[in-house]
Formats: sequence, structure tokens, C-alpha cells
Amino acid sequence: MKEKLVLIGNGMAGVRALEELLKLAPEQYDITVFGGEPYGNYNRILLSPVLAGEKTIDEIMLNDEQWYVDNNITLHKGKWVEDVNRAQRVVRATDGTEEKYDRLIIATGSSPFIIPIPGNEFEGVIAFRDIANVDTMLVAAKKEGGKAVVIGGGLLGLEAANGLMKQGMDVTVVHLMDTLMERQLDKPAGALLKASLEEKGMKFLMEAQTEAVLGKDKVESVRFKDGLEIPADIVVMAVGIKPNIELAKKIGVHCERGIVVSDTMQTFDPRIYSVGECLQHRGQTYGLVAPLFEQAKVCANHLAHLGIARYEGSVTSTKLKVTGIDLFSAGDFQGGDDTEELVLQDPGRGVYKKVVLRDHRIIGAVMYGDTIDGTWYFELLRDSTDVSDIRDHLLFGQAHLGDSGHGDDNRVAAMADTAEICGCNGVCKGEIVAAITKKNLFTLDDVRAHTKASSSCGSCTGLVEALLAHTLGGDYSESPAKKPLCGCTEFTHDEIRAGLRDNELKDIPAVLQFFEWRTPDGCARCRPALNYYLLCQWPGEFRDDSQSRFINERAHANIQKDGSYSVIPRMWGGETTPAELKAIAEVAEKYKVKTVHITGGQRISLFGLQKEELPKIWGDLSKAGLVSGHAYGKALRTVKTCVGREWCRFGTQDSTQMGIDLEKMTWGSWTPHKYKMAVSGCPRNCAEATIKDFGVVCVDSGYELQVGGNGGIKVRVTDYLCSVETAENVKEYAAAYMQLYREEAHYLERTAPWLERVGLTYVKEKIVEDEEGRKALAERFLYAQKFAQDDPWAERAEGGEAHEFTPIKQVG
Amino acid sequence: MSDNNWIEIGKVEDIPRQGARVVTRAEGDIAIFRTVDDEIFALRDKCPHKGGPLSQGIVHGKRVACPLHDWKIHLDSGHAVAPDEGCAARFPVKVEGGVIQLSLTPDEGCPNK
Ligand code: SRM
Ligand SMILES: Cc1cc2nc3c(=O)[nH]c(=O)nc-3n(C[C@H](O)[C@H](O)[C@H](O)COP(=O)(O)OP(=O)(O)OC[C@H]3O[C@@H](n4cnc5c(N)ncnc54)[C@H](O)[C@@H]3O)c2cc1C
Ligand code: SF4
Ligand code: FES
Repeated sequence: MKEKLVLIGNGMAGVRALEELLKLAPEQYDITVFGGEPYGNYNRILLSPVLAGEKTIDEIMLNDEQWYVDNNITLHKGKWVEDVNRAQRVVRATDGTEEKYDRLIIATGSSPFIIPIPGNEFEGVIAFRDIANVDTMLVAAKKEGGKAVVIGGGLLGLEAANGLMKQGMDVTVVHLMDTLMERQLDKPAGALLKASLEEKGMKFLMEAQTEAVLGKDKVESVRFKDGLEIPADIVVMAVGIKPNIELAKKIGVHCERGIVVSDTMQTFDPRIYSVGECLQHRGQTYGLVAPLFEQAKVCANHLAHLGIARYEGSVTSTKLKVTGIDLFSAGDFQGGDDTEELVLQDPGRGVYKKVVLRDHRIIGAVMYGDTIDGTWYFELLRDSTDVSDIRDHLLFGQAHLGDSGHGDDNRVAAMADTAEICGCNGVCKGEIVAAITKKNLFTLDDVRAHTKASSSCGSCTGLVEALLAHTLGGDYSESPAKKPLCGCTEFTHDEIRAGLRDNELKDIPAVLQFFEWRTPDGCARCRPALNYYLLCQWPGEFRDDSQSRFINERAHANIQKDGSYSVIPRMWGGETTPAELKAIAEVAEKYKVKTVHITGGQRISLFGLQKEELPKIWGDLSKAGLVSGHAYGKALRTVKTCVGREWCRFGTQDSTQMGIDLEKMTWGSWTPHKYKMAVSGCPRNCAEATIKDFGVVCVDSGYELQVGGNGGIKVRVTDYLCSVETAENVKEYAAAYMQLYREEAHYLERTAPWLERVGLTYVKEKIVEDEEGRKALAERFLYAQKFAQDDPWAERAEGGEAHEFTPIKQVG
Repeated sequence: MSDNNWIEIGKVEDIPRQGARVVTRAEGDIAIFRTVDDEIFALRDKCPHKGGPLSQGIVHGKRVACPLHDWKIHLDSGHAVAPDEGCAARFPVKVEGGVIQLSLTPDEGCPNK
């Protein structure tokens, strides 16, 4: 028989836990839900747009009643649970309905705080929490010239006030403090916000303490401590919420401010879990959706007996959902003695940005007017990235939104539905918005799965996130303290790398077993990563697993859209000879190559070859001394050079020879992502060394070394690493730098984002300042190269991996 | 289905574990997959998205990731993993004494034969 799972509280957190559970273990439990409200599950966040008339109740339903039927979930809607017998494991509702449980989730959310003043029980005094409250407000707003008083100038109060104003009411916001949203904003940002809301017609009474609500049964006015009295048809109290722990307390589950839970979301009674606003975890309670969703995930994982996920707390960020006002805040933005503040103020544009730093890391941010970089700051904050190196332009934003031709058009709200967001997959704004609303998508991953937007090169990720926030009216970006390698595990890239090293795991099955992978043999994301990590960690010992490589690396050629392949032999340092050219010409004729192209990497490519003929072609090229160019691999690609001192009147060193030497030293090595180098003979830089992963610019006194450049999706100019004097130095630094990247970057992370993540200072410490460390890195690189420099083409031309290139059978 | 429909195509060991080989034919190739547990499946070697050769993808669990744009296809049904939609026709296979037998008559229901 199936185990019985009962959920108390049909809100956002509880139902999300069920959704996660159904994904992991759809058959494990008989599920029953008690919900105090008489509906299916709806998106509470969007009550504000409903009140403002921008959305309807139907549009904010997340799971209608049919969903419960489809998933065999019994829904007791409109039934309030009043007691739980923990000894007998029975839940009882006020109407007498009883259900037995094996496991129980308490997700009772929170209740609005009602100020204890005379008159607070009058008709017309309400909170802003559920659909019933919104209905009451909408009825009150029907009255011509109606007046509303909103007590509380926080997020909720302002959204309520804005909605009522949109419904035609005359609204006064009363606030105890001198700054609006003081929990999310500092003074300057709060003042800007107040000014824009006043412009829209909202009235404010600051530093005012409410003393009583006056009227006869029904509210008529509100009186303040200083004697002032203002008329009101409706009073909305939005002064805060408190975790709803009444039931939990009554049944003896340990509570402090909230229901106390462990990292697996279990209360002191291990059969009882809790998720959502009602809980307290490591002393914290939460009032925003993103952390609740993380809790739901962990809870489901534990319920499914996977037992590998832990909740470690969340950092949250906030956006105000008032149309036309852009506001963002995250983390600790007030700062203290040990913090620094970076501030940008542009009253003309109505822009204010503040970033708070401690130990060169972002700990908080407030933005007003231009919030497009909010998600970026939030990511830097969560990853605890050292920002010393980008400090000088931090406030100007990441500007990655302009990359694919979006120009300044970064206000997603103003974009037309037909505007293309994802250039790789041709997805436009309208499609994304439709998918988000119709399919109830909340996260970037959801949008990627359903629309393919942002799933290829990723340069539109910022835009898609902005669209999500805009469409949903809130920021749901998940805030895990750590990002797992893929969906098969909870562990991060770094944890897995360290784990396979410390525990001497030497093949993929051993890693999967050690880290308790959720899938029997991983997926197309983790297997190639693990293959690389093992290969990098155990040179000469690990046997490459070709079935865990993407087709290009498995077949040593690049697959084309029609299933044919391309062949690009190496041309050392971009130099070639008549003999090599002849060999290539002969192959091209013999195999009727459709296109011969000079690549962007100073060499020649042959396009449109059939897989079966590859070994023969490689054999022919091999005879002329040509080897694989690895143009298909996460590996060393090209080393571009200019003619340098040999011919050029400005050349200062032999850049061509330097390029050839570097390529001879590094070819064949596998890297987290592709790796390109260049050597220019003088600062005119004809080989474009300053947009390469590792670049060398020759100067009269020696060589300038450049790192972390990228000429691809997001152009990044290199950072200057240091200058060295001799060609031998160049090689040592090149090998050491490449090895540091090989050992520490995440799979599929190119040097540019890697460098931005760890910081140039860190790389300098390792490569420039620590001579011993540098030499050791270079040595490890050269050692690994002993096992890497076999030409894969020659091997296969001689019959290696024959199954890869021949059909198992031909019929007809 | 009559017995003479089955043809012998090779042994299980001829296909790398977590890999695939191709049976070529004039009407279009058929991909033969071998999972980590040595289960064998056969699908039309043509991705429902834009026709990518599924035999060239990474096999994981009972799925293959298309090499061109990373759609995932269920090996046992030929259907794309949701939310993607589409299918590659499934061909009956059986293994007898380590030898793989394939039927060239695809299952009904999928237009992509
Ligand atoms: C063949 C070549 C185009 C050409 O005919 O010139 C080429 C072809 C491809 N490039 Fe490239 N890139 C080629 C030079 C470049 C360059 C120029 C360079 O190397 O100086 C760049 C920008 C420089 C850089 O990488 O920083 C470049 C930036 C990219 C990117 C973006 C990388 C990034 O980090 O932003 C990708 C996508 C990726 O790797 O994820 C890419 C991906 C691709 C792929 C492999 C796409 C794919 O997965 O199928 C293309 C294969 C086409 C095909 O049908 O075989 N190609 N690609 C060039 C081969 C050079 C070589 O000799 O090896
Ligand atoms: C107007 C508004 C705007 C918001 N805007 C944002 C925003 O922009 N971003 C953001 O992240 N968050 C926002 N929030 C907060 C967010 O909605 C909450 O954090 C979230 O809904 C809490 O989820 P929950 O499941 O813990 O509680 P709830 O969604 O409140 O669900 C609890 C449910 O349990 C029921 N219940 C309680 N006790 C019992 C019982 N004994 N028996 C049966 N049923 C019971 C209640 O009726 C309720 O339906 C907003 C909230 C409001 C009200
Ligand atoms: S060769 Fe490069 S730029 Fe050209 S289409 Fe392919 S990936 Fe894009
Ligand atoms: S062709 Fe298979 S995913 Fe595009």
C-alpha cells in the first residue's frame, strides 16, 4: 500500500512541494490537501496586479481543481484544520473531516498583523493577503469618490495603495517611519520612490502613528496620535505578517517565531515537515517566494527518500510591482563600519544605484530607476565574487544586454511582442510571455525548456530574466547558495572536482556512486564534464570514456546541420607549406569536398564529408604530416600569429616561431572549454592577441602576456597579466596559466568568464607572484601532455575505433 | 507480425555500451542503441526536431540527447521528452543468444519513419 501524505495549507509553498515531489516520485504517496481558502492554488504575488486591474483572478490560478484530479490528489478546499493527533497520525478539520497520514507537511503561511487599536474590528478594516481581501477592496472602490487609508508604507502597503488608486480611489498611505520601504531601501532611494508615487497622485502621511479607527460598525475615519483625523471608506492594514504557527503550537510541534525545521525541512517530529512562511530555519523566517520554492524542492527530495538535498538558507532580493516604477534591492544595503559604498546618482534620469561591499564582495544593493543589472549584482552577491577587478565599472552595469544587437533597448516592458529576444533560436518576446503565462513558468530553466530561449549561447539570459520578472511581477530567480553541476546531483562542480581528487575516484561509475547520483548513468550534461574532470585529474591513468563525449569529440570532426562532417588540419602557428597545401588540395579533389574555406583561425577547412570516409581522408592527410586541428574540441584550437620580425618592418620578436612553439607545446590538450592563443609581433597586434584566451604581444624589451580575452558571443578584451623577458618565460607562463584554467574552471566555462569569476588578482597571485607554484603548474601541464599528444586522426586512420565510422549493417 | 520480417544485424557487443550504431538502408538509416544495462532499442535515425542523426548523440538512461540541438528522445517510445513534442519511429528489436534481430517494419503511430 502507498504511504499517505497530507498537506495542510493549499498555498504557494505547500503545493510547490507537491509538484516537486510528483516530478521525483509520482507514485509514492496517496496525497491529500486541506486548504482554508475555497479555491485551487493561486499565485498570491499577483494579487497586486489583480487589484490594479491589470490581471484577472483566472489568470493567476496556478493549479485549478482539475490539476488535483489529474494527479489523484484529494483536495479538501475551504476546510480549516483545527487539530492533529500525532500519536494516531490523524488530521481533523473543523467540519469533522479526518485523514490519516504517514507524513505530514504544514504549510500554513502567515497571517497579516492587525494593529491592536480601537475600531480594528469594524467592517471596512482589512488586510491584504488573499482573494477575499481583494474582493472587498474592489467593492469599496466602486463607490464614487471613495477614500482609502493604507497603513504601512512597505512593499505590500504601496502595492495595495497603487491598486486602489488605479481603481479610482483617493488614497493616503500612512507610515510610521520617515522613509518608505525602509527594510528594502535606503533614504535616497526611498525619497525618489516617494516623489514618483506622489506624481502619480498618492498622498503620504509620514512619521504618523495611528491611534484609532472611528465609526459605527463600519469605518468612517482614522485618528492619529497628533489629533489629526482623516475620513476613510476603507482601511487597509499592511504593517507586516507573522508566521501562522497556531496549529503547530497547539499540537506541540516546537515553535519559536516560526515552526522550527532542520536542513531537510523536518520539524522536531520527523514525520512532520514544514515549508513556507510559517517556518523558521537557522533563526530566519522568509516572506518571499524564491526561498520557499527552494524549501519545497528540498522537502520533496526528502519525501522521495532521495535524502541528498539540504536547505542552507537563502538571500533574497525584492522588486516592487508598481507599473512604471523600477526598484530593486537585495542583501544588506545599509552597511556598517566595515563596509564600503559605491553610489551613482543621476537625478536627471531618476536613477540611483548603491552597491555595498565588504572585503571586496557585494553584500547588498539598492537600485532605483534602472534596475536591469539587479540580477547581475544579485548573482555576484550570491556567488560571493571578488569584485576588486571590476570595481571601476561595477556601477555602470554588466551591459551584456546590448551584445546581440539589442542596443539600448533594454526596457523589456517597452519592447514589441515581435522583438527577437533569442537570436540563436529565433524566439521573440511574445512567445516567451505567452509561455510564461499559459504554462505557469517561474524560472529561467523552465523558460529554456519550453521556448528554447537562452538555451544556446546564453547572451540573452539577462533579457529573459527581465521578461520573467516583468511578466510575473516579481523576481523568482532561485537563489541557491550553490549551483549543482546538473539535475542529476546536488553537488557543485567544485565539490565534485575536490571529491574525486581526495577520494581517488578514477572512473565515471565510481564518481556516480560516491556522490549518489540520482540517475543510473548521468545525463548529456554531467557525463562530458565528469569525463573531463577525471582526465584532467588523472593523466595517464584515466581511460577516456568516448561515450561520454559529445559527437564532435568522439568522432574527431565537427558535425554539420545535414549530418556530414568537417575536417580542419593543424597549421602550426598559421604557417603552411606548398607540400601541405598540395596534400589538402588532393584530398579535396579525391573526396569531392563541397567547400574549402579559410577559417577565422588561420587554417583551411574541408566541409561536407561523410562519416565513413573520415578515416581514409585522415590517412591521406597523415601521410603529408598533417594532424588533427581539434577544431571540434574543448581543447587547444589555434595559435594565430603575424609574420613578426622575420618580415615586418615593425616586428620586435619572432612572433611566428613563438606561435609555432606554443602550439607544439599545447596541442592535443583538453580544456574546460575551447582555448585559443595568438602572438603578435608588436603592439599593432595584427594577430588579435588581445581577444584570445592567452595572448602574447611582443615588444622591444620582451613579451607582454595577456589573458582572458574572447572574441565570441560576448567580446572581452584581455587583461594584462605581466611582462616577461625571454621566450622560455613565455612558455612557462603559458603552460602554467593553461594548467590553472584546466584544473580550476568549470566545464564549459571559457577563460573570460572564469577570470571574471575568480578575479585577475587571484590569477596573478598564482602565476606571477608565486614562482614555485607557477613552475609546479607548468610541470603538471607538461606531464599531462605526454599522454595527450597522440594524433587522434592517425590512430583512427589505422583502424582505431572502427565501430564509430562503420554501419553495423547495410540492408538493401 | 510474421517471422520472416526479422533480420539479423549483429551482436550486442558490436555496439558500444551507452552508444549506438547505424543500419543503413535506402529508405533512411535506423539507429540501434545499447544502454548502460545492455538493453537494445531501435529508432529511425532522424530527430523529430530538424532531422539530426540520433545515433550520434549521448545515450543516458533510456534516452538519447540529439547531437544537433540537444532534444532528448525516449529510446523506448521514440517520443521527445516533454516539453518538446515529436517522435522518431520505433522499430521492433529482440536479442537472442547475444544476437540482435531487427524488424524493418516500424511501429504504427509515428509519421517520422
Ligand atoms: C570553422 C570556423 C568558421 C570558419 O569557417 O572560419 C568556426 C566554426 C564554428 N564555430 Fe567558431 N569557428 C571558427 C572560428 C571562430 C572564431 C575566430 C577565431 O578563432 O579567431 C571565434 C571567435 C573567437 C573566440 O572564440 O573567442 C569563434 C567563436 C565561436 C563561438 C563563441 C565562443 C565564445 O566563447 O563566445 C562558438 C560557440 C561555442 O563554442 O559555444 C563557436 C562555434 C563554432 C561551431 C563549432 C558551431 C558548432 O558547434 O557547430 C562552428 C562549426 C561550423 C561547422 O559547421 O563546422 N565559434 N569561432 C572557424 C574555425 C577556426 C579554426 O580554424 O579552428
Ligand atoms: C499582495 C501580495 C504581494 C506579494 N508580492 C510578492 C512578491 O512580489 N515577491 C515575492 O517573492 N513574494 C510576494 N508576496 C509573498 C508571497 O505571496 C508569500 O511569500 C507566499 O505566498 C507564501 O507562501 P506560503 O505557502 O508559505 O503561504 P500562503 O500562500 O499564504 O499559503 C498558506 C495557505 O494555508 C492556508 N491555511 C493556513 N492555516 C490553515 C489551516 N489550519 N487549515 C487549512 N488551511 C490553512 C491559508 O488559507 C493559505 O491559503 C506577496 C504577498 C502578497 C499578499
Ligand atoms: S560558423 Fe560560427 S558564426 Fe558561423 S553560423 Fe556557425 S557558429 Fe555561427
Ligand atoms: S535536430 Fe535534433 S535537436 Fe535539433
